[in-house]
Amino acid sequence: MSIEQTDFYTQAILSMAALIGLTSFLMLGQGRLLRLIFVFALQGFLLTLTTALAAYILKNPHLYISAVLTLMLKVIFIPWMLKREVIQTNMHRDIEALHNKTMVMLSGACLMVFSYYVLHPIVHTTAPVMLNALAVSLSVVLLGMLLMISHRQAIAHVVGFMSIENGLFFAAIIATKGMPMVVELGIAFDVLVAAVLFGIFFLHIRSSIDSLDVDLLNKLNEVDK
Amino acid sequence: MIAAYLVLFIPFAGIIFFALAGHKADTGKINVRFNLICLLATIWLAVNVLNQGTILSSDKAFLIDPFNVYLIVLTAFIGLTTAIFSSPYMAHEKELGKLTDNRLRLYYSMYQGFMLAMYLVLTTNNMGVMWVAMEGATLATVMLVSLYRTPESVEAAWKYFILCGVGIAQALFGTILLYYAAVQIGDAENSLLWSVLYENAGKLNPEILEIAFVFMLIGYGTKIGLVPLHNWLPDAHSEGPTPMSAVLSGLLLNDALYAVVRNKMLVDGASESNVAGFLMMGFGMLSFLVAAFFLHRQKDIKRLFSYSSIEHMGIMTFAFGIGGASATFAALLHMTVHSLTKSAIFVTVGHAAQVAGTQSMEKIRGMIRTQPSIGWGLLIGTIAIAGFPPFGVFTSEFLVLLATMHSYPWLTPLLLLGIGIAFAGLFRHIQPIVYGERPEGQLPVKANLWPVIIHLGLVLWLGLAIPGFLANWFSQATSLISGSAPL
Repeated sequence: MSIEQTDFYTQAILSMAALIGLTSFLMLGQGRLLRLIFVFALQGFLLTLTTALAAYILKNPHLYISAVLTLMLKVIFIPWMLKREVIQTNMHRDIEALHNKTMVMLSGACLMVFSYYVLHPIVHTTAPVMLNALAVSLSVVLLGMLLMISHRQAIAHVVGFMSIENGLFFAAIIATKGMPMVVELGIAFDVLVAAVLFGIFFLHIRSSIDSLDVDLLNKLNEVDK
Repeated sequence: MIAAYLVLFIPFAGIIFFALAGHKADTGKINVRFNLICLLATIWLAVNVLNQGTILSSDKAFLIDPFNVYLIVLTAFIGLTTAIFSSPYMAHEKELGKLTDNRLRLYYSMYQGFMLAMYLVLTTNNMGVMWVAMEGATLATVMLVSLYRTPESVEAAWKYFILCGVGIAQALFGTILLYYAAVQIGDAENSLLWSVLYENAGKLNPEILEIAFVFMLIGYGTKIGLVPLHNWLPDAHSEGPTPMSAVLSGLLLNDALYAVVRNKMLVDGASESNVAGFLMMGFGMLSFLVAAFFLHRQKDIKRLFSYSSIEHMGIMTFAFGIGGASATFAALLHMTVHSLTKSAIFVTVGHAAQVAGTQSMEKIRGMIRTQPSIGWGLLIGTIAIAGFPPFGVFTSEFLVLLATMHSYPWLTPLLLLGIGIAFAGLFRHIQPIVYGERPEGQLPVKANLWPVIIHLGLVLWLGLAIPGFLANWFSQATSLISGSAPL
């Protein structure tokens, strides 16, 4: 079935999945923290659009609440908090030298293929659009992890962590038309608390190692020194 | 059903009370009272279940069945005894100048927050809410791990936060896949309810469920401390305050395993192949063996016992993976006796570290000569956890061994080897600590060892004879999980 034969909603979902996947790759290769935060906010905005679209077309009003929650948390509050932190610590002029940028991007591509491979068994239970949506959200989750591995700044870790949440949220919206309301509110609450705790942690890490470079957090390990 | 709401309401009231009231001289004792009332409520709940059998609340939000009811009582019990221990312990830490009033206010408020999350994981009937509560438990305890604000504790807390946060995100993906499989057969509103899923497990798509289970096992497995996802566990246990180590080891790990087993029941219902069981056996065995070897390399006493926790969680995961009636019964018993023994050990370890003024095992010496109650407590606790008869851990490990010989005889040597190595690893460290020469000027501390005596007494009792009602719950839970009743 070619893409022109599908309805508007399916086409829109596929484009959104592609764009969200793209933002994940953009974040992966980004050495400047402010731009990283901007791309993260963009991903959140795409997610908000997807949720609002799903709410409108599927006539599912409780998704509007999810859309508003996403907008407030992922597009406004968390990027604002991170940006303030970057400017306060005067890191917005630094460019983080990423090791093996090519390797990281290539492994990102491999992870995307891997996501399709993992989820392939579900293809005969459902429409192909589901496979695409679920595979893209799984790869956003995995790319978020790769982002955390390849960057050294605590702020990049938080962005990776939150982008993992974005990937999961996208899966929930597309595959299941949103989780039950009580679960969704619970998840939003957890994300909010996590964001606040991250803010507190930046303070503690700064006061203990005088930097936000998590490579310096290396006192506890099993290797004799 | 009122009892179940009460169990959730009391810790919730506790969070708000401690947050507003701030820390005063008697806050530790008030914390004990909150936990005592909660224990009474859970006993009331247990009596209800004993009389009526499984309870499902009218809005289907809560489910109390034989599998979770004993865990709820166990949670409340360990919550209470750890609170009794923590009251003089935290007061002593404050006298040493390690903590301020504000941090103690955070500590007591989040102690109740952690208890609330644990009760919610156990009582809820909704797989999504279970995830939310599990994440809530991380959020409640992460600030407690870094309570001392030393560079090491901040590092441990950051590691705990990131690893468990990322790990548990996998479990959410698993839950979404589970929901996706469920909405294909039923109405969307009730599709995440465990009772509905369990009834319709046969109709769920086995392939989706198997993929979902892999994500669940990785996600909740991070919290269980399964190797290779265990790195946060020794750090968080060794750097946080000791009462926190006791409840993390005794309660959080159990509840994460509980979540995995609930999901395994669904996968077993849907799928003919034993994928879930094999995965759990593999991860369980790996964790068990790796942790047994790591016991030998430890220098910090709390790290030593946190590796012992990983080892025992490995045994339980392995036993649930084998799946037959006797293995499941053994795993349920092991969950109980391990929680009781391990929290008792952390209580004595906390006091021993206060006596010696350090957690480094090379410097803790002569415990029996300095303060016999702590020395003997540590020795008996170690004997119990290493699996000596007549303690309960022996009974459950013996049952696991029998089940392994019956189902997978070729794994028995590995299991025996691991138990032997773990025993040697524990005793080479503990023997000089309790029997060694007393260093100059080492003085006893004010300690309340009743929790240890009661816990070890119960473990001994469970090793000699399991009371009828408990055996009955274990049997019912076993037939619920494995599909066949034990002998």
